[in-house]
Amino acid sequence: MSVAAPGRRFTMDRRRLVNTVARFREFGILLVLLLLVVITAIGNHNFLSSTNIEGIALDTAILVILAIGETVVILTRNIDLSVGAVLGFSALFVGVVLKVHPGIPVPIALLLGAAVGLLFGLGNGLLVAFGEVPAIIATLGTLGIYRGLIFVYSTGSNQHEITASDLPNNFLALATQTFLGVKLFLIIPVLLILAAGYWLGQTQSGREMYAVGGNSTAARLAGINSRRTVLLAFALSGALAGLGGVLYLARYAQVDTLAGNGMELNVIAAVVIGGTSTLGGVGGVLGTLIGCVLLSVINNSLVLLTDPGSAQFWSRAVYGLVILGAVVADALITGRLQRALRRRRA
Amino acid sequence: MSAPPSEQTAGGQIVTGPATWRGIAPRLARWELLLVVLLIGVLIYNAQLSQYFWDSQNILDDTSNFMEIGLLALPTTLIIIAGHIDLSVGSTAALASVIFADRFQAGWNVWLCCLAALAIGALAGLFNGLIITRVKIPSLVVTLGTFALYRGLANGILGNTEVSGFPDSFVGIDLRYLGTTHIPAPLIIFAIAAVLTIILLHGTVFGRYVFAIGNNEQASRFSGVAVDRVVVILFTLSGLVSAFAGLILTSRLQTSRGDLATNFELQAITAAVLGGANIFGGSGTIYGTVLALFVIGLLQNGLTLANISGDIQTIAIGVLLILSILLPGLARRGRVAFGRWKGGDAGRTKRLPAV
Repeated sequence: MSVAAPGRRFTMDRRRLVNTVARFREFGILLVLLLLVVITAIGNHNFLSSTNIEGIALDTAILVILAIGETVVILTRNIDLSVGAVLGFSALFVGVVLKVHPGIPVPIALLLGAAVGLLFGLGNGLLVAFGEVPAIIATLGTLGIYRGLIFVYSTGSNQHEITASDLPNNFLALATQTFLGVKLFLIIPVLLILAAGYWLGQTQSGREMYAVGGNSTAARLAGINSRRTVLLAFALSGALAGLGGVLYLARYAQVDTLAGNGMELNVIAAVVIGGTSTLGGVGGVLGTLIGCVLLSVINNSLVLLTDPGSAQFWSRAVYGLVILGAVVADALITGRLQRALRRRRA
Repeated sequence: MSAPPSEQTAGGQIVTGPATWRGIAPRLARWELLLVVLLIGVLIYNAQLSQYFWDSQNILDDTSNFMEIGLLALPTTLIIIAGHIDLSVGSTAALASVIFADRFQAGWNVWLCCLAALAIGALAGLFNGLIITRVKIPSLVVTLGTFALYRGLANGILGNTEVSGFPDSFVGIDLRYLGTTHIPAPLIIFAIAAVLTIILLHGTVFGRYVFAIGNNEQASRFSGVAVDRVVVILFTLSGLVSAFAGLILTSRLQTSRGDLATNFELQAITAAVLGGANIFGGSGTIYGTVLALFVIGLLQNGLTLANISGDIQTIAIGVLLILSILLPGLARRGRVAFGRWKGGDAGRTKRLPAV
């Protein structure tokens, strides 16, 4: 193919466009997000107020932390349905511990939640990687088991609910304190996104997640220990869900045995909307971040643009429509791109 | 079945041609035998807890509690065997129930309302099937979306209200019995549905297509199987049956709400997988699903008798689900390792893909 042929300038530009869009799969979803922001901002002037934006950011923060772990798991061509239950257990467990020992410093509380989550995540990982139980079955089972354990724990410790009055003030300050004008609470997910982006993109163990999800046979032949890789992905997802539980506790200061119930679907929706393929090996945390923001903005728009009373009932339907719309659009765009690339190769 | 050298088949000897069934049948029979043993264990456990358990009236009436899940588990099994999954069955059941209640409030005849609900259910399933086959998106993702969409529509239409006051001719299906026996109507309906599904899956060309697609979709396509049509029919059927289950649930509970049948999809999938359906497609039986359904349903019944709350019962179901996949897999690998240790080359032989 003569690349420098003068008559091909127009095709060259189009080719570059195709390349750019192909490389930045998050493009379409970003457009949807912008459109939604514009519509909501026109419909309700409070949308762009700093209080509202901060509210959206705080809502997104917890979702992002869980979604990072879920992204890694889905990249390895697995799925983790237990994250909502892990979040719930960690939130209640750390809440009870703080109630009994109010002197525990905040970083220790965060680590404690992450450690509890890590144990649950390792359980999932061992079942999937070494027990060879399909991830959807293993985590469907542990979803029930972990959720049941929340009730066992709350019955055993006789603590069915944790409220703000049970929690020490320095812990609650986690959700209100600022550092250089930014909420301390928001710094954690931002750091995690940056770290996860670097890890998945630039380090060997991060790239191995893509390799195992993209083609596990090829990965094994290339000398990658796929069992260890999958175990690591699930352990990470569990630890992050546990950490998310502690932040959930700090933000809402009100936790009962149903905390995080059904949250796994929002998390998976955010990851899928963000362009990470459930077939493994494709995607990343940047898309996931946009997916999380989109879900939070949708929730917020529903409240702002409709009667708040009815919004809560229709919100799931809109969620469903957006998930479907995003994956259908993504499939159509990817299909067109592949055809364009094939034509170019021909 | 005359006993073939089962250790060898289990170790992974390649069996060809008509002998394929000889390799598979014992394995299935073993699995279903295991479920029967499990079922007997659950029955003994239940009987120990309450002297009233063996009362035939009681045991038959208890089945009404899980017949709706049983109805959902039948098409779920077909879909799993075809290598797909349907997470939207519980939401579809709720949507159908809500449409029924909404049309009833609008003054429609109650049977016309039922028809409307069934039509909505079939449409919901058709929608799933069309997106999966036309846009080529994994069914897990599509039905995750419609799981939220259909549930959201059900919640939106009724808000936080609930509708009741349906005519006597519609409500209380679980209080009707076959003739003078103690067999409640939901059990009979489920039995008929199960027999029909067994005939469809194990006795028709369509059923063989379902196995073929689950085994190797591309090969089925190249062999002239109308893969997309079969998948669309399966999902439409699933929607229709879900709506039907939603109506039975409405009749039994005598009210309709948006949050009806929550988590039913998980229990239906659990029944199918515990019953031996391969989550990656290609194998499974309706017999297994039916047995697994009774194991789960009666276990829940027993745990309730033992005063263990429903929230904690989920642990037992979760453990059962995981063990049902984990243990046979470990046993198989153990046998392969044993074979290798003995110096045979059973471990290295390519394992026969399941039918």
